[in-house]
Amino acid sequence: MAIPFSYSFRNLWTRRLTTVLTASGMALVVFVFASILMLSEGLRKTLVDTGSPDNVVVIRKGSASEVQSGIERIQAAIVETEPEVAFGVRGRRLLAKELLVLINLPKRGTNKTSQVVIRGIQPESLLLRPQVKLVQGRMPKAGSSEIMAGASIARRFRGGGVGENLRFGMRDWTVVGIFDAGNSAFSSEIWGDADQLMQAFRRPVYSSVIFKLADSSAFEAVKKRLEGDPRLTLEARRETKYYADQSEMMAKFLRILGMSLTVIFSLGAIIGAMITMYSAVANRTSEIGTLRALGFQRGSILAAFLMESLLLGLVGGCIGLFFASFLQLFTISTLNFQTFSELAFSFTLTFEIFYKSLLFSLIMGFVGGVLPAFRAARKNIVEALRVT
Amino acid sequence: MNQTKPPIVRIRNLSKSYRRGSQIIPVLEDITFDIPDGEFLALMGPSGSGKSTLLNLLAGIDSADTGSILINGVEITTLAETELARWRSLHVGFIFQFYNLIPVLTAFENVELPLLLTRLSRQERRAHVETALRVVGLADRMDHYPAQLSGGQQQRVAIARAVVTDPTILVADEPTGDLDRYSAGEILDLMDRLNRESGKTIIMVTHDPRAAEKAHVIRYLEKGELSDASQ
Repeated sequence: MAIPFSYSFRNLWTRRLTTVLTASGMALVVFVFASILMLSEGLRKTLVDTGSPDNVVVIRKGSASEVQSGIERIQAAIVETEPEVAFGVRGRRLLAKELLVLINLPKRGTNKTSQVVIRGIQPESLLLRPQVKLVQGRMPKAGSSEIMAGASIARRFRGGGVGENLRFGMRDWTVVGIFDAGNSAFSSEIWGDADQLMQAFRRPVYSSVIFKLADSSAFEAVKKRLEGDPRLTLEARRETKYYADQSEMMAKFLRILGMSLTVIFSLGAIIGAMITMYSAVANRTSEIGTLRALGFQRGSILAAFLMESLLLGLVGGCIGLFFASFLQLFTISTLNFQTFSELAFSFTLTFEIFYKSLLFSLIMGFVGGVLPAFRAARKNIVEALRVT
Repeated sequence: MNQTKPPIVRIRNLSKSYRRGSQIIPVLEDITFDIPDGEFLALMGPSGSGKSTLLNLLAGIDSADTGSILINGVEITTLAETELARWRSLHVGFIFQFYNLIPVLTAFENVELPLLLTRLSRQERRAHVETALRVVGLADRMDHYPAQLSGGQQQRVAIARAVVTDPTILVADEPTGDLDRYSAGEILDLMDRLNRESGKTIIMVTHDPRAAEKAHVIRYLEKGELSDASQ
């Protein structure tokens, strides 16, 4: 007993200009909504993809990240002897004692400097991170002043390409290779021999110890032992959790900023939709009277106008998403507040963001249309028919 | 005029008044009359005499203060709103002065509208709509939108919409009020044919003496009171 869908659709089509203008308002909001979600998803994905659930990151107790952490050589050696640490090739433990230093490097094009993470690695570092792949050149030789740069560094920083030199730690370092670590944060790092870097930076301690668990379920046991050992002042986290924690603050900031923007914008769009729908109801008063006279119930009128407003929202949602999807072509580089280092990531559109954005646009359509639809449904037939 | 047929509409002691602020304005006062089945009745009278109100009451889109309206055995004054809407969809065909077609729907879809409230299948609906449009002579204009039709053609689509459900009564409020002489003549001929050939009971409000001539019976309403039948 419903008024046909084509009635709602064609009424929108008939007043195309108003429809497009109103839908544009909603599209703008959906665009902002989707882009914030895409940004925080891109950030989360970048940082979470960086970790592997079988890996454990050990840092000094109380330090939020590797940057603030320091681990004495003796403590690192104790961690190495834990029975839960997996064995790799030739009986060596799958464990790397790493150094993390932040330096300033000038960007290509501009002379503006930005902070970059230098990671001192050991041979096992690469085995622990299978997602890191050499894409150009070769691996740096141990014991030399050779380094390799993440793809994102090579692209954006001066001196980051193969064969180029970078000066830091009072030495010149030659870039001999470029590695790609996909979307992960490693792509924004420079890797070199840990012992060489410790000397250059006059650092007597490691920043972190990373190891792979022989059995993933043994994590709680090893965590408890490490954190309870009176000789150690360390804490252990799964690598995935470690990176997720790092993205938390930034993601939260983006979420709060995005949601407050979206809420304010959406109020405007909802009021716009409401005005459009109220004027649609006013212009079609005699039509409403006619439909009621023919025998359509109040509910059918309500549904037809609500449908029209939902369609309006959907059109806005589709336009907004269409434009937001192009954001995926952009890469954002920003300072990660927690590591104070440069981090490159891109807007990521997931199915969840897709349907959330559409749902949001439908909600705007609904909220904007519900009062006008009730007004339409409540009209008195005789009075409505008198309007010509 | 055929008085031997049983009345299809029985109106008893019908009163209706409007409230304007604290003032109560009586529109219809104690009206009683019958309309036999197959009648073509014209209601005439000066503006404000209550003829449209009477028509609205008969059509079940307005409610009376007191009195009874029995149409084909159904007391419509006691029906609840949803039942009344359902009753209208089955038993009343509307013809309006300004046609009241839905501008975004084609002639076919406009005529199909009342059938959407029935249980007919898509094919059955199509067959009914095509028949109705053929009766009004617009079978070739099915896919035209109202704006693409002349006033007379629009009114014919509206008549097709009114008869497509084969209602018990047809109510027409100034059906020729917005038409030129020629188109008005066509519409009146069509209504006359529907009355003579299909036996439709038609109740028409009009100011137009030529329209009233087509009717079998003319009744005059003045100051809320119905004067005796005058042929």
